[in-house]
Amino acid sequence: MPALQVEGLSRHYGEREALSEVSLSLQEGQTLVVFGPNGAGKTTLLRVLATLLRPHAGEVRVFDRSLPEEAWAVRGRVGLLGHEPLLYRELSAWENLRYHARLHRVADERVSELLDAVAMSARAGEPLRTLSRGMVQRVAVARAVLHDPQLLLLDEPHSNLDPAAIELVAPLIGAPAARTRVICSHDPTGGLAEADVVLGLRAGKPTLLRAATDVAPAEIAELYR
Amino acid sequence: MSATVRALLRKELLLELRTLESVPGMSLFAVTTFVVFHFALNRNSVEGDLAAGILWVTLLFAAILGVNRLFVADADQGGFDGFLIAPVDRSAMFFAKALTLLAYLVVLELVAVPAFALLLLGPPLGPALPGLIVTLALGDLGVAVIGTLVAALAVRTRARDLLGPLLALPLLVPIVIGGARASSPALVLSHPAAPAGRWLLTLGLYDLVFGLIAFALFDFLLED
Repeated sequence: MPALQVEGLSRHYGEREALSEVSLSLQEGQTLVVFGPNGAGKTTLLRVLATLLRPHAGEVRVFDRSLPEEAWAVRGRVGLLGHEPLLYRELSAWENLRYHARLHRVADERVSELLDAVAMSARAGEPLRTLSRGMVQRVAVARAVLHDPQLLLLDEPHSNLDPAAIELVAPLIGAPAARTRVICSHDPTGGLAEADVVLGLRAGKPTLLRAATDVAPAEIAELYR
Repeated sequence: MSATVRALLRKELLLELRTLESVPGMSLFAVTTFVVFHFALNRNSVEGDLAAGILWVTLLFAAILGVNRLFVADADQGGFDGFLIAPVDRSAMFFAKALTLLAYLVVLELVAVPAFALLLLGPPLGPALPGLIVTLALGDLGVAVIGTLVAALAVRTRARDLLGPLLALPLLVPIVIGGARASSPALVLSHPAAPAGRWLLTLGLYDLVFGLIAFALFDFLLED
């Protein structure tokens, strides 16, 4: 059973079509990397899969549950790491994560464990507004995996992270995490290295959908021209 | 659902304690308005209908300040998305926000009512207090329910600061009328009486009707 099955997905904002006739399939444990210039529809695709946006046409199935009808069964199995950290600036890392832990019915021990994993325990009591962007991103990574989701939706997950921090979060959101992943990326080399399947989007339309082994970096670069 | 409501409520109160964005502003607005009334009316004291009207109108406008801020942190900092991807009953947010607004209103009145008694009210507050508390409680319930519904509707629009009051005021006018009429007998100088039962009942029914409407509509307001 595929983890993701998308057939003819379309989504528009008013007159503008953000996604048009997107179809793909992804097996459990695989990683789909989505490439495309700004405004290509990458974030919209992630938000549809996260149940935050309704598809306007087509069929979307996540873990064999149809969206949006069975969105309730998908929430909680999905972890979203987007451009926004989905954290409150005035609350500390501990308070933010504990709040999300309550929503996902996760024990406080998991919060401590993840704060250790992203090396934020020492500053867990400080309001997020006092932390650097990289630190906030590390807390956001902890938030995204707090409930041990089967599917990770990652929108440029390494933004604001230095090389050491990228290494730090790899066991949580990288290949070693062994989760099904959908990653939006602008980095052809790094993205291809992580991908099992590659989707290229341009103005909402799929222009490339292939196994990563059959895709050359030059084809990715072509998407941005 | 109660665990989710508790988590949301705790988060709301923590945010308000950290930022002090709503309650101090609401309280200061109410006290300032009483001072303005004191000088504008050129009277040392008011009673009866006038006293009840001034008190309820002031509380209404102060409450609007809180209504306008109720969902701002969620809209601006991704709180909606964080909540919506969690496997929880969405009505929990309605209950938590309404309870938050209710808490704000109680604190507001703890400041505003004594200030009103000090600056404007002719009759002593003591005898009127039990009846006033009942009336305020019913009014607060209605303001909390309607305010939460309207704030959720307005916050996702670009003109939220304008749309919130524009939508809330017409819906809250019946509460001001009911509250003022109910509490007026308790605020007369000679022979103060208990709040008017007919108006208390009207307030209660209005709360109930809007409570049911808000409960039914709230989930749809959070949908894409």
